[in-house]
Amino acid sequence: MSAPSLPAPAPASAGLFSTPPAAASGRHLLGLEGMSRAALEGLLEESAAERDWLRKGAPNRDDLAGCSVMLTFIEDSTRTRTSFEVAARRLGANVFTFSASTSSLNKGETLLDTMKVFEAMGAQLVVLRHSQSGSPAYLARHLPRTGIINAGDGMHEHPTQGLLDLLTLRDAWGGRFEGRRLAIVGDIAHSRVARSAIAGLTTLGALVTVCGPGTLMPAEVESLGCARAETIEEAMTDADGVMALRIQQERMEKGLLPSLVEYARVWGVDMARVERMKDDAVVMHPGPVNHGVEVDSTIAEYGRNVILQQVANGVAARCAVLRRCWSAWKAELS
Amino acid sequence: MSTLTLFQNATHWRTGERVTIAVEDGVVVPIPRRGHEHARVLDARGAVLAPGLVDLHVHLREPGQSAKETIDSGTRAAAAGGFTAVACMPNTVPAVDSPAWVEWVRHRTGNAAHARVYPIAAVTVGQKGGQLAPLMAMARAGAVAFSDDGHPVASAAMMRRALEYARPTGLPIVCHEEDPELRGEGVMNEGFTATRLGLRGIPGAAESVMCRRDVDLAELTGGRVHLAHLSTAQSFETLRDARRRGLPVTGETCPHYWILTDEAVGDYDTNAKMNPPLRTAEDVRACIAAIADGTVDCLVTDHAPHTPDEKNRPFSEAPFGVVGLETALALTITFLVEPGHVSLARAIELWTAAPRRIFDLPEVDLEPGSVADLVLFDPRSEWTVNPKLFYSKGRATPFAGWTVRGRVLATMMGGRFTHLAPDVEFEHQLVLPAGAAT
Repeated sequence: MSAPSLPAPAPASAGLFSTPPAAASGRHLLGLEGMSRAALEGLLEESAAERDWLRKGAPNRDDLAGCSVMLTFIEDSTRTRTSFEVAARRLGANVFTFSASTSSLNKGETLLDTMKVFEAMGAQLVVLRHSQSGSPAYLARHLPRTGIINAGDGMHEHPTQGLLDLLTLRDAWGGRFEGRRLAIVGDIAHSRVARSAIAGLTTLGALVTVCGPGTLMPAEVESLGCARAETIEEAMTDADGVMALRIQQERMEKGLLPSLVEYARVWGVDMARVERMKDDAVVMHPGPVNHGVEVDSTIAEYGRNVILQQVANGVAARCAVLRRCWSAWKAELS
Repeated sequence: MSTLTLFQNATHWRTGERVTIAVEDGVVVPIPRRGHEHARVLDARGAVLAPGLVDLHVHLREPGQSAKETIDSGTRAAAAGGFTAVACMPNTVPAVDSPAWVEWVRHRTGNAAHARVYPIAAVTVGQKGGQLAPLMAMARAGAVAFSDDGHPVASAAMMRRALEYARPTGLPIVCHEEDPELRGEGVMNEGFTATRLGLRGIPGAAESVMCRRDVDLAELTGGRVHLAHLSTAQSFETLRDARRRGLPVTGETCPHYWILTDEAVGDYDTNAKMNPPLRTAEDVRACIAAIADGTVDCLVTDHAPHTPDEKNRPFSEAPFGVVGLETALALTITFLVEPGHVSLARAIELWTAAPRRIFDLPEVDLEPGSVADLVLFDPRSEWTVNPKLFYSKGRATPFAGWTVRGRVLATMMGGRFTHLAPDVEFEHQLVLPAGAAT
């Protein structure tokens, strides 16, 4: 018998989740995957403008006047939470911070119940960091009057990190992504940063090569639109940049790496490997850096190390996202 | 006086001939040659009459989890799906791991159940894998098989002991095939969709390596192994190999594995979260091929209801499991029979005689003398799956909103109607069959 063909595509499920929100539309920013090139370029343009404004040290604005932003970080974060807070305050929002450790989540209340309470209290935008992939999409389906901004969900996406990475590369590459190639090295499997970067870069026409230990490489990673290299030397040769990912031991099962010493030796970014890249290639890292593990200490002296630029661009990118989501919120719901 | 029921002009499930079947006092009887004062006649023109369907793999959630399902609601759903018998898994709270609980399940059903309920008993105490449950005593109490379903028997040595010890009962051990360490914290099939969504994956090998192990243990011990809810191409190949070698191994699969791939998870849809998880297109093709070539011995639903609140959670938090009793027949007709993978008669056999053979359940037929456990269905009738109309307390199904073909018109158990579609009408009359002498 010949191989039977699969049944014809069936209608979309009309079950609990009958109306999945687009990854990035309207008042939500859930991910960069699925965002159109035009939308992404527009957001980058706005981010660049925000960056220029921030660099001038100009007074705060009131773009988000009347907007209550709830910073909901169920998972620990310093730089992302602070970056969002700085961005929201610079634009004149009312900013509230939700601390999971002292909340009713510890009494068994569900995340959705807690968020409904915030919605009832008038929070228009929720910036959510959560350890479970898909949590922002889940909330977006169930909160009719709130905009959800994904500040990192499990191993899925970290879209504002993706935007700040793109903004940094846009500056470093003179605004041209077409034909450029970034190597992403390390723990791809657990990295939401990598997924957002791959989605954004491939949408803009850049090429991405990933590499890392097999135990930290997700299944069928090439299907994300990137190439896979077996060695870091192969990945970095002639690249226009390298992004070293943090080894996230807190999110890893045991036994995925023999030791950090071996990791540093085989997968660490050092000057010898940097010299394989193009002359104007950049070194990136989403931070916080495990010094001497993902990036050798000599890289601190490398002139095209843009790690702190990434941090600075984070505030700009988040200003642009907050402003856009608030505008959409007003258009849809006010 | 007893009531005579006549299914007139029905299509015989196996022969395809137009037949009239008479039922009286709970059994199929010859068509009376004389009139009958208390008769009801059902015009079954265009519908197929078959023995009631049997599902060897359902979760009725009692004892202990009646918010998810009860024996009453679960068997009501079974009747609506054309089933007259179900075997229920012991992963309840507490687990059915003693003769007392086996008897409790049997007696709980009593006369009120809407389908015959056959308890499956746990292999190990509390399904924890550490100590054999009293298999012999539970068999005497009425268990029809043993299983730690919901949990794999992780230790090969424990599975060997269970097979050796259970041998005198003649009952199979239904194996939930999943290597716990390979599964890890996975929540869906390992592959592109899991990578895209950032969800932890369960590799197909988590299932297939355990299948291989248990086939080898069946060979070692001579014990009967029934491989539950198979989902991967490698597992089907292992079952095929076991059959070739004449080992006492059988296997089953479920509708979602011959219809859906892991892409159905889409955007974190928990209606597509089941265990084993939905697999790849290659696995779907292998599943259909294994059904078509007779490798798969029977079809089951793995009906696994949860409350809507439990399923309506972020994907990683939501429990595994979807319901299936009320859609099984239509999904079989729509996706196995209509595309020509199996004939309707073969499909019905996979839901009736085949499972009965595996668990040694009493035979049911349309011949006079057989117990009247029957289903009447219209194989061409189209309907749209609407979970709100389910009799099961569970609502989660990946097929909500799908248009399918094959609708159950009536289900009869022991001569009593356990389900009747709203549009089924009887004529009550003095029966005088055509040509009958009066």
